[in-house]
Amino acid sequence: MRMQYKMGVDGISVLFVMLTTFMMPLVIAASWDVNTRVKEYMIAFLLLETLMLGVFMALDLVLFYVFFEAGLIPMFLIIGIWGGANRIYASFKFFLYTFLGSVLMLVAMVAMFVDAGTTDIPTLMSHTFGSESFSLLGIQVVGGLQTLMFLAFFASFAVKMPMWPVHTWLPDAHVQAPTAGSVVLAAILLKMGGYGFLRFSLPMFPVGADVMTPLILWMSAIAIVYTSLVALVQEDMKKLIAYSSVAHMGYVTMGIFAANQQGIDGAIFQMISHGFISGALFLCVGVIYDRMHTREIDAYGGLVTRMPAYALIFMFFTMANVGLPGTSGFVGEFLTLIGVFQVNTWVAAVATAGVILSAAYALWLYRRVVMGDLIKESLRTITDMTTRERVIFAPLVVMTLLLGVYPALVLDIIGPSVEALVSNYETALASAQDALQTAATN
Amino acid sequence: MIQAELNIIMPEIILSLFAIGALLGAVYTSKDKMGPALVWATAGVFIALALWIGANGAGTNEAFGGMFIDDAFSRFAKVAILISSAAVLVMSQEYMQRKGLLRFEYPVLVALSVVGMMVMVSAGDLMTLYMGLELQSLALYVVASLRRDSARSTEAGLKYFVLGALSSGLLLYGASLTYGFAGTTLFSGIIQTAIEGHKSIGLLFGLVFIVAGLAFKVSAVPFHMWTPDVYEGSPTPVTAFFATAPKIAAMALFARVLHDAFGGAVSDWSQTIALLSVVSMFLGAFAAIGQTNIKRLMAFSSIAHMGYALMGLAAGTVLGVQAMLVYMVIYVTMNIGTFAFILSMEKDGQAITDIGALNQYAKREPGKALAMLILLFSMAGVPPMVGFFGKLYVLRAAYDAGLAWLAVAGVIASVIGAYYYLRIVFYMYFGEEPDETLDKSKSPVLWGFLMATAAVMVLGLVNLFGIESAAAAAAATLVN
Repeated sequence: MRMQYKMGVDGISVLFVMLTTFMMPLVIAASWDVNTRVKEYMIAFLLLETLMLGVFMALDLVLFYVFFEAGLIPMFLIIGIWGGANRIYASFKFFLYTFLGSVLMLVAMVAMFVDAGTTDIPTLMSHTFGSESFSLLGIQVVGGLQTLMFLAFFASFAVKMPMWPVHTWLPDAHVQAPTAGSVVLAAILLKMGGYGFLRFSLPMFPVGADVMTPLILWMSAIAIVYTSLVALVQEDMKKLIAYSSVAHMGYVTMGIFAANQQGIDGAIFQMISHGFISGALFLCVGVIYDRMHTREIDAYGGLVTRMPAYALIFMFFTMANVGLPGTSGFVGEFLTLIGVFQVNTWVAAVATAGVILSAAYALWLYRRVVMGDLIKESLRTITDMTTRERVIFAPLVVMTLLLGVYPALVLDIIGPSVEALVSNYETALASAQDALQTAATN
Repeated sequence: MIQAELNIIMPEIILSLFAIGALLGAVYTSKDKMGPALVWATAGVFIALALWIGANGAGTNEAFGGMFIDDAFSRFAKVAILISSAAVLVMSQEYMQRKGLLRFEYPVLVALSVVGMMVMVSAGDLMTLYMGLELQSLALYVVASLRRDSARSTEAGLKYFVLGALSSGLLLYGASLTYGFAGTTLFSGIIQTAIEGHKSIGLLFGLVFIVAGLAFKVSAVPFHMWTPDVYEGSPTPVTAFFATAPKIAAMALFARVLHDAFGGAVSDWSQTIALLSVVSMFLGAFAAIGQTNIKRLMAFSSIAHMGYALMGLAAGTVLGVQAMLVYMVIYVTMNIGTFAFILSMEKDGQAITDIGALNQYAKREPGKALAMLILLFSMAGVPPMVGFFGKLYVLRAAYDAGLAWLAVAGVIASVIGAYYYLRIVFYMYFGEEPDETLDKSKSPVLWGFLMATAAVMVLGLVNLFGIESAAAAAAATLVN
């Protein structure tokens, strides 16, 4: 079995590489107060960064899998060693959940190798896998091998994303992970799922993707509405933001499987922007958690009187999370919704309702934590953000604003790659259709 | 003529003579005081023979009318057996001596069982097969009960002996059936009969009984019952030995019999092996979850690993045998490292096998904990560790042979199995502060083995140290 250490970037992956390298220094800087096993902590984070970069750059199937899976080890340790009270449960759930998803992808990769005779990703992208329907255990598999392979990859990426209903590991992992771990998880690790869809699922199994698209679109719509509703009732700030992440990832999957220029553009944009925004929101939680050592929403209130700078920054990112025009959150949501409207109006309509819900939970969280009177005795001595904390937030604020007012910064880079992806996808579907028709006429 | 044939079995002769010489020498001189020296000498002979076989062997040679075969396949297995046995011997020397277990018989018995294994993997005839198997097993029965004053150890030896005798009986019954229907005990004759279309029901019956007997030796479910008890009861170095060389020998013999003797009936045995494989993987994964004794845990872990190796065998192709060989070598390397770690688990000089004792181990000995972490993730099959590539090869072989369901079952079992490996990591890294801590190990040998195997697990991903091409050549000579 020939495997190669082959790396490269295209218009899609280069942005994720940049996102990773942009976020990691901030994450490390945000870990200033970690004082148990600092050496191991830094080793774990740097190892994690290496592996994440590897995922986004690997051009060999097995190499991709190696990076994709190896990332679980440092993250498992980060949650387990530096995590909160219930860290053991969260770390095991995180590891086993994602591992189970990935191993099915491994079988599909073996199948791809046996079918195509190579593990080289660019070659595989131009390889056409069998799409003749056949029946398996009495079930008619429409799209044949491609559908099965698509489902195996889907199991892995949907868990990583995470998509409803396999998202339940995420709130636990987020809540128990240390602040820096949550930020990495939200800002970068979740993007591996979306990246995987764009790198493997769409270009390599177009027929399979086409067969499964309606289901995925509806799953995304449910994710947006359902997890937004769940977010409304959360008592824990991190859990609330975790559910909001699931909802935002719903826009991403929706956009990807709309499979048109706007949808995919929007999905990638949303992933990048969500990296900044949700990362910043977890950092915001970290700021007050470092001071009060609790994430209960009820333990706070009226912070604005003691922490004006914090209130401003938290306000900014809350608005960005809601998708206020002028912030990067708006562009992504808007583009994905446009993309989906062309494909499935009902899904788009349901998803648009989610926008309202996201405003509800985000603003309510902000009101309960920051606004109102400062009545809690324990909060009277809380101090505002230090210079170090302000410096960490500065680049995130800049990026969120910049991408909000000038999205071409991202869209110009991904444009050609996405265009090629969409046109290849459509050609592949059309030729599969033709083959089907010739088979039918014969 | 006889000269040439003796040349072919020269390594076995040398090792036998060495064992007999050592036995006599020790009896008539200083007895147990010779123990340590004999251990080192035996290990030295193993290594020398491994080098000789590895460097000198070429082509396929048959001795005694095809009863003994020396080919690339047997040489690959022999080198692996000799090196792993030497490693386990060296590892065990200090431990055995401290416990007063280092009688001079120990290295001699190990040497004799290694002769048995070498005969097994070279067997070209049902008689040779049985002779090698029994020589190996008899020596192992005695070694299992080496700790004469311990009821556990004696029980382990007795249990192993009784069940081993039963499995030998099954195997012999199968062999006699096969002889009855094929008219010969030579593998080359049996395969001829099968290919010529006389694949009678009696021959297949014989095949089933032989498979059952061999499945016992590799401890595949449902013939695994002896494994946890023997692993737990035997002295730890002996357990380490059980988990390594005999497993390679039995697996290689398995491949030899299935391909050389029953190569014409692949479709008949493939499903049986696939079934053994899938139940071994799942039972190994589930049963290990509840274990708190690390030796019992390793027993179930080895049952699961045998399931994966059998997956390669079930494919019934060159790729499958190659994958099995690669898997076994990786498995043995991981086990040597893990047992080096288990051997160093002591409190006040007493061996500890409870995994609860590992609480917060990483804080006190970060280096060893990290090495163990690497080995555990490797056994769980998480990349980038080499254990993952072993799994990848068997998965590929199984899928390639049309056993996609087996591949899917295998990966699901590996997720279940990951849980108990992670549990050890959990104790070492996330556990609570323990009341009493394990002793700081002072043995540089064990430390060296642990670190070296962990390094191999990471560095091996570059090209698996060339094992792959050697295994490919070995597999190609076996399957044709």
